[in-house]
Amino acid sequence: MTYQDVSSFSQSWGLVFLVAMFIVAFAYALWPSNKDKFNDAANSPLDEE
Amino acid sequence: MAYQHNPPATSRLAQSIVASCLAIGIILAVLVAGKTTSGPMQFHAFIVIAAFLIGIVAIFNLGGRINDEKHEPSPSGVFYNNGVIKYGIIASMFWGVVGFTVGDVLAWELAFPVLNFDLPWTNFGRLRPLHTSAVIFAFGGNVLIVTSFYVVQRTCKARLAGEIAPWFVFWGYQLFIVLAATGYVLGVTQSKEYAEPEWYVDIWLTIVWVTYLCVFLGTLWRRKEPHIYVANWFYLAFIVTVAILHLINNAAVPISFVEPKSYIIYAGVQDALIQWWYGHNAVGFFLTAGFLGIMYYFVPKRAERPIYSYRLSIIHFWSLIFLYIWAGPHHLHYTALPDWAQTLGMTFSIMLWMPSWGGMINGLMTLSGAWDKLRTDPVLKMLVVSIAFYGMSTFEGPLMSIKAVNGLSHYTDWTIGHVHSGALGWVAYVSFGALYCMTPWLWDRKGLYSLKLVNVHFWISTVGILLYICAMWVSGIMQGLMWRAYTELGFLEYSFVETVASMQPYFIIRAVGGLMFIIGSLVMVYNIWRTILGHSAEEATPENIDNAIAAQALGE
Repeated sequence: MTYQDVSSFSQSWGLVFLVAMFIVAFAYALWPSNKDKFNDAANSPLDEE
Repeated sequence: MAYQHNPPATSRLAQSIVASCLAIGIILAVLVAGKTTSGPMQFHAFIVIAAFLIGIVAIFNLGGRINDEKHEPSPSGVFYNNGVIKYGIIASMFWGVVGFTVGDVLAWELAFPVLNFDLPWTNFGRLRPLHTSAVIFAFGGNVLIVTSFYVVQRTCKARLAGEIAPWFVFWGYQLFIVLAATGYVLGVTQSKEYAEPEWYVDIWLTIVWVTYLCVFLGTLWRRKEPHIYVANWFYLAFIVTVAILHLINNAAVPISFVEPKSYIIYAGVQDALIQWWYGHNAVGFFLTAGFLGIMYYFVPKRAERPIYSYRLSIIHFWSLIFLYIWAGPHHLHYTALPDWAQTLGMTFSIMLWMPSWGGMINGLMTLSGAWDKLRTDPVLKMLVVSIAFYGMSTFEGPLMSIKAVNGLSHYTDWTIGHVHSGALGWVAYVSFGALYCMTPWLWDRKGLYSLKLVNVHFWISTVGILLYICAMWVSGIMQGLMWRAYTELGFLEYSFVETVASMQPYFIIRAVGGLMFIIGSLVMVYNIWRTILGHSAEEATPENIDNAIAAQALGE
């Protein structure tokens, strides 16, 4: 395994990995069934002193 | 659900085990003190012996007076561990004033070099890490530890995990600060920026930090809420990432176990890359992610409104985490680092505009429909201005990471100005806001001693920051332009010392700005101190009496 192999692997598959992670996080944030859970969570700091 | 009826007692076994560990530490420190040839390391060994002796006594008298005041459960029936947070608030203010003052001394030294008095201990090179570590790790670190302890308990409805461990984290961290700071002044340094402490101080910090991680995770584990609130995600990312950064960047081989000197295992460009991977993520995870945890709890709490968009906060979190870790190479533009790595660092820095501004919008828009609170609540004003500075410095940072801009800005005062708009405007302001919020809540006071003084603090500091960053913009860009100016014959137009002489007026303006910032912080210390004592300036003013009379008349 040469430097060239490592750098080309990270420059190509690194991009795929990060895009995939972003899509997963984005889907989690916007998934309709999570809506109520997030609303509850958003209000949780406000419910007691 | 069964709630506790009393605060938990400390386990005898745990007390004995921790005390024994400290006793072993004392034995090791005695050996080091006897064997070392280094004066500073011997001095450090004596500090450790004294600290551990006090620690053994403290373990059997946990919390001292401040924790014994009274034990009342929260509305949901949890006994929060507030004692350590109260200590942390006081420690944060102390280290803040120390760190700001050392910084301003340095600013005056730059304007008038004679002020270093030709002494080794007050030399710029030794005081500079004292300033950066005092403000980032001592002030910022204490604020992060105590706010994370405050927030994780409230949002999980659970008491902090462990009875001794949170105190160990707090006092162990103070010991780390003292060892690091005295080391710098005495000339003990491994010369890595923001990671100057030598190997033995690094090992101590690792022990403290892993305990911190365990306390935080243990509290999350005990939570009574189904979902972990997003502020805790930011805190957890900060704690985990700082642990990894610290371990990898400080991998060093000491020349002997009784000498302070060590050698880093990396060499050349690899060392530079790891150092700036560390350095930039200290900014990204210590100074950004951690303080965003403060923003996501204290801004909604103070504004009494939920965060503008919880979904945006999730996207903010994951995109910030995944992008920041790659931005470090922008510190090494036009160096021996491979060109593609420089471009990668620049590209990821520019992409960071998105999550940073998403987060800024999320924080600011939390006030939508409640902007009037800014007129009446100077604490909220401070928090909101901190978010504005967050937006401004996270706009400026990616701009400066672009190679063409960096060619002008790098190594100049522009960088110093950028760092301080982030450090003073964002980090310090959001910290001040959190301290102003927590003090009356924790000490069970109706409110702060004086909101007017908060306003005074706000305006003095804000003018100070503006003087600081504007002076540095002018002097930095001028410096960069003078360095690259050629005569028509192709020679450099200015010698280095000519550029320094041209910058002197701006150095003075910067030092004045810093002085104003210190005065503002002293106003805060006074205000918070009076709040802790239970005083109130607002009650007795004629205006308030008039208002009370008017209210009474209306009631009749």
